[in-house]
Amino acid sequence: MTGTRKITATLALAFLVAVLALDLAAGIRPDPFAAPPILALGSGAAASGAHCSALPD
Amino acid sequence: MTDHTLTNGQAAPARAPRAWPRRSALILAGLAVVFAVAVLAGARYGLLMLIGLGFGMVLEGLRFGFAGPWRAVILRRDPSATLAQLLSIGLVALAAFPLLAGNGGELVGAHAPVGFAMVGGAFVFGAAMQVVLGCGSGTLVNAGSGNPVGLLALPFFAIGSFFGADHLLWWTSLGTAPIVVLQGVSGLAITLGALAAVAALLIARGPRGAWRLPPRLIAAAVLLAALAVAHLAVAGQPWGVVYGLGLWAAKGAVALGADLSGSAFWGTAQHAAQLQSSVLTDVTSLTNIGIILGAFGIAAWRGGLAQRLPDLPMRAWIAAAIAGLLLGYSSRLAFGCNVGALFSGISTGSLHGWAWFAAAFAGSVLGVRLRGPLGLEART
Repeated sequence: MTGTRKITATLALAFLVAVLALDLAAGIRPDPFAAPPILALGSGAAASGAHCSALPD
Repeated sequence: MTDHTLTNGQAAPARAPRAWPRRSALILAGLAVVFAVAVLAGARYGLLMLIGLGFGMVLEGLRFGFAGPWRAVILRRDPSATLAQLLSIGLVALAAFPLLAGNGGELVGAHAPVGFAMVGGAFVFGAAMQVVLGCGSGTLVNAGSGNPVGLLALPFFAIGSFFGADHLLWWTSLGTAPIVVLQGVSGLAITLGALAAVAALLIARGPRGAWRLPPRLIAAAVLLAALAVAHLAVAGQPWGVVYGLGLWAAKGAVALGADLSGSAFWGTAQHAAQLQSSVLTDVTSLTNIGIILGAFGIAAWRGGLAQRLPDLPMRAWIAAAIAGLLLGYSSRLAFGCNVGALFSGISTGSLHGWAWFAAAFAGSVLGVRLRGPLGLEART
């Protein structure tokens, strides 16, 4: 294969742009005013993020 | 990761007169990404992007991985980098056990059940990660640093994770034990004792002086542990990789017109809501993006992107794509990859992390023997 890693690394960045573009295309925007406290520790709020170790409810 | 064999394992020497503008731009770009995420999505998410960047920089910058070290144990009985993994997991456990005990509502561990599909999934993951020499975090790092095998495996990893999650409940119905969690002082003592026992076994089987870790690996283990503990405190959950990749593929499926409302996984309230939310508010997506960008930044910093791409046979590219698919699918059945199950599972007391370790290592023994026939050894 000819070329250098500049090509493939650029494609990796393009992949990330494509992931973000999926949200933009669907009209999904983050709302910073609905964001949780900066730290979960000490927030008093229950952990709510998704994790690969969790079974679906 | 960047291939350093041309420089005898050392980072490429800096070309000071020409490097500083590029490096300054990289630092500014990294800070800009963190700032942008914090402004657009919220301060917590900006902080998680920063932690993700840190993961990527440590993994690529200090050449810390999971697949390669296991390969070194299997082929050469060289345990040094695997010992560093155990050290890092132990350091996280020292902080995570008391944090989880004292803040049970705010923080959760990576706790999952042991089961037939879980063990089988870990075995397949171990084999596949040796084929592409990239685990969950390793595939992200490899892609970010321009490794074409990692780049090809990444989208297939995401697709596999999407389908694995979709089928997860069927697989767990084949037989799953109750979740077992080691907790408290006794749980921490058992965890640290078991890590020490594995380390002692590796040292006993290794060459003389195998217990001496190079400073690079000690630094990587400590930094990775610090980042993992910070992740737990900020996100309320341990570091993970696989969920975010599956979410990206799920969003792609929805964009292509798929209706996931009937999915036993993606149709549930939590995941359906995540599909309607920005990836910039998903914990594992943020750290995954950060890992790719951090690895890219380090590779660009070193000038590693000038490396030529390898000349691999077609069967190697096909194998990389299939292995990527298997990595994603199997890691969902195994309740995590080397990060979510091994690193975060063990360090937060989950028995499934230990089952994952044993099964994935057995799979790795098979996987290292597959690389040659699949045409992937030519690149090393």
